[in-house]
Amino acid sequence: MRRFLSKAFVCALLLGLLPAALAQTDAPPTDDAGYRLLETLDVDSYRAKGEAITAILQSDDERAREWLQALLDGRLQRTDDGRFVVVLNNTGRDWPVEDALSGEPLGELSRRELDRIGINNALRNQLRSAIAVVDLYSPNVERRRSSADRLLGEVDDELFETLTPVIEEAEDDYVRRRLAQAVAIHQAENGEMEGVEALAGSLHPRARVALNRATHADDPAVADAARAALASVEQNLKINRGVETLYFGLSLGSVLVLAAIGLAITFGVMGVINMAHGELMMLGAYTTWMMQQLLPGQPGLALLLSIPAGFVVAALAGIAIERSVIQFLKGRPLETLLATFGISLILQQLVRTVISPLNRTVVTPEWMSGSLIINDALSLTLNRLYVMGFALFVFAALMLVMRRTRLGLEVRAVTQNRAMARSMGIRATRVDILTFALGSGVAGLAGVALSQLTNVGPNLGQNYIIDSFMVVVFGGVGNLWGTLVAGLSLGVINQVLEPWAGAVLAKIIVLVFIILFIQKRPRGLFPQKGRAAEG
Amino acid sequence: MAIPTHNPLSRRFVTSLLAAAVMGVGTQAVAQESDDPIKVGILHSLSGTMAISESTLKDTVEMLIAQQNEAGGLLGRQLEAVVVDPASNWPLFAERARELLAQEEVDVVFGNWTSVSRKAVLPVFEELNGLLFYPVQYEGEESSENVFYTGAAPNQQAIPAVDYLINEVGIERFALVGTDYVYPRTTNRILEAYLQEEHGIDEADIMVNYTPFGHSDWQNIVSEIRRFGEEGKPTAVVSTVNGDANVPFYRELANQGIDAADIPVIAFSVGEQELSGIDTGPLVGHLAAWNYFMSVDTDENYDFIDAWLDWTGDEEAVTNDPMEAHYIGFNMWAEAVRKAGTTDVDAVKDAIIGVTVPNLSGGYAAMMPNHHITKPVLIGEVQDNGQFDIVWQTPSTVAGDAWSDFLPGSRDLIADWRKPMECGNFNVVNGSCGGSTAVEEAEAALAE
Repeated sequence: MRRFLSKAFVCALLLGLLPAALAQTDAPPTDDAGYRLLETLDVDSYRAKGEAITAILQSDDERAREWLQALLDGRLQRTDDGRFVVVLNNTGRDWPVEDALSGEPLGELSRRELDRIGINNALRNQLRSAIAVVDLYSPNVERRRSSADRLLGEVDDELFETLTPVIEEAEDDYVRRRLAQAVAIHQAENGEMEGVEALAGSLHPRARVALNRATHADDPAVADAARAALASVEQNLKINRGVETLYFGLSLGSVLVLAAIGLAITFGVMGVINMAHGELMMLGAYTTWMMQQLLPGQPGLALLLSIPAGFVVAALAGIAIERSVIQFLKGRPLETLLATFGISLILQQLVRTVISPLNRTVVTPEWMSGSLIINDALSLTLNRLYVMGFALFVFAALMLVMRRTRLGLEVRAVTQNRAMARSMGIRATRVDILTFALGSGVAGLAGVALSQLTNVGPNLGQNYIIDSFMVVVFGGVGNLWGTLVAGLSLGVINQVLEPWAGAVLAKIIVLVFIILFIQKRPRGLFPQKGRAAEG
Repeated sequence: MAIPTHNPLSRRFVTSLLAAAVMGVGTQAVAQESDDPIKVGILHSLSGTMAISESTLKDTVEMLIAQQNEAGGLLGRQLEAVVVDPASNWPLFAERARELLAQEEVDVVFGNWTSVSRKAVLPVFEELNGLLFYPVQYEGEESSENVFYTGAAPNQQAIPAVDYLINEVGIERFALVGTDYVYPRTTNRILEAYLQEEHGIDEADIMVNYTPFGHSDWQNIVSEIRRFGEEGKPTAVVSTVNGDANVPFYRELANQGIDAADIPVIAFSVGEQELSGIDTGPLVGHLAAWNYFMSVDTDENYDFIDAWLDWTGDEEAVTNDPMEAHYIGFNMWAEAVRKAGTTDVDAVKDAIIGVTVPNLSGGYAAMMPNHHITKPVLIGEVQDNGQFDIVWQTPSTVAGDAWSDFLPGSRDLIADWRKPMECGNFNVVNGSCGGSTAVEEAEAALAE
């Protein structure tokens, strides 16, 4: 840090910022120097703001990083009487602020009295690089690493000079490698052979951008080398792309499995065509939202708690539907279909009227956002990874319930031969209720997972109901394994087709494929065998 | 005079009798007018998929009516809202429009969101001679005698937006991503033609992709965009993705680590309301082009926002561009009624052309003869509080162009509803109104 500061001080001298530096050293009102620095930010031209940021960076002020961060976050603002403040919370009519110079809290100010110091994408970039450069000298190794990552593709001539000694002295191996790469990208973009050679074999997107630019270099040898470097990773990239597509397919598939697995119980095992299945998912998603409202500031805990809560809420709603409507329509599929469709419309409108027609924000917890970086060209998005694991967990739990518990045994007995089961002393009505509650509860779990992927709004269920039926029918009605295989394979087929056919056409092709498949094998992938299936 | 007059008094007598009769009718009419409230129809979906966007517009018009009534109404009469629910069902829009005009006999209608619903009600408004104020940005290629388009035409949103990307950000490569229906398809056709003809962008540097309504699995498309951006040229995404599908789209962008500094996304259908369903932290710096943002720093805007917060009773409520369009449209209509001295449709239609009212961004909006209005174009960057920071705006307002200059068959057409032209698709080449094949050509081009 000291080394950097002394260097910065020299820069400041060179840049003619001597008066500011002197004022800071000999007079107590250091605030004045800071004030003058901040004042240069309050101009209309973005170019002038950029210069002001450089000046702040090169000033010796220890609050520089805080100011730059506040500016980056849009929280550095100016009051009507000219004071600079940092806004602590910018929602609502009145915002709590603190003085940017002294750090003293100033209470709440009306947003009408505040003028934000605006920045655009170019300045944001500059600020991030500036903060990254400051952080390179941070004692925290994680900070140094992320700032080294940040500098890839951001190096310019000036920074190049600064970085060279830093690379030599870097203690951390990762930081050194990343910075060397950042420098090489800069060199390759300038058409220097050294950089192109250093980047050969690199999968990082920034490196490939630089190599692509280097193929237009004036020096034909450099251009050729850049082309060769690009070609050498082509095969590797293809494999990564294949893995990526497979991951996309499996993750879409696991969403389909989650949405369909509850239906595989109610429709597959019980034979009830429940058009309100999607709305049960919606209830699960709204439960997640509700939990997050109840536990503000703890989105992760709320999400975990909403797994049981979503199950219970949806299961209770399922019981209500079963008792009030479905039990009276046994053996009348058309009426069941129409009645449950009516229920789905009622539930949707209920949510619209009671909660809001607008989508609700469900926060993704920190540990679920971002991606798991496998290598420079392949990273797996974390939220989908979690959903995939969750889908497998739900599936395993459901299999366990159906195969290993008394309830599962009774369910199978009742669906295979109701009269026989009843004569054996099983209370068929109770089993009906519990089965429907189980299927509905699983729909609620799907809703909890979907709240992390898509909109939580009144229409959430509608988007998944058709897909769910498709998966259950394709997999073979009444077979949970069939639902799993069907869901995953439809997901993969869809994602393989999509880059080639486009999203709209891919969906159509999948539908046509299923229609043809059902023509050929009306009972799906894994048909029920034995006498029970004939009934 | 050839007619012999036996009694010199008789003619005067008849005349005065007539005058008395006319006056009697007149006073009766005036009396009736001041008793009855002026009926304002609101045709916005309150249920179904579009309720998310349209229900707030219903509330906006109701608020404007309440404000007008507090200020003494219009022509000494009170205003009354007549609300119907077309339930996001396009044929139902036409039925409800007919109900408003024929049964309720409303004087003006504020309504519609999607282009397909506007197309559905258009024949009804033309047949029954109603007035419709349409508040949403749309694809252009239309100008009806009975419709006033207070949202942006493509030249008031899409074209300035790509100009900004090219001139200010230095973008050389464009991915046009949209939902698969008429507005994105037409807008993207116009943009493709514009980018190639005016900016000399190579065809290989334009990627077009359409997804179905409510698309939720964006993994592949986002990964494709990422690769598209890795070829060395600065790349941007121009998004006409509509409604709900935006949330998973932006989420996927954030999760795959596409930062606004690498590949900015400029959206034409994402406003404050759409962002209120997302955690905007990872989206900071992505762009939107509109004619109004809630963050506009004017006293008119703060007054409007405060009134809106009070009206909804929700401190977190947001305002957006179509709401401003209704604000402008409502004030224009009120001004035209005052000018015409009546709510009669034909009189208001003639009076409103040239009417100028303040907008919320500190300027003025004027109704043009083609039934579109003048608007400033603002480019905003998403902030972490779900608001937009305005980074650029057109130096003056831009007049809406009903017929795009960049589509074959449409570039020769103009609309002018003043006398004596009174035509929505006048062909300046052969000088006839709608007589050319231009409209069919334009439609054929769209259908492609």
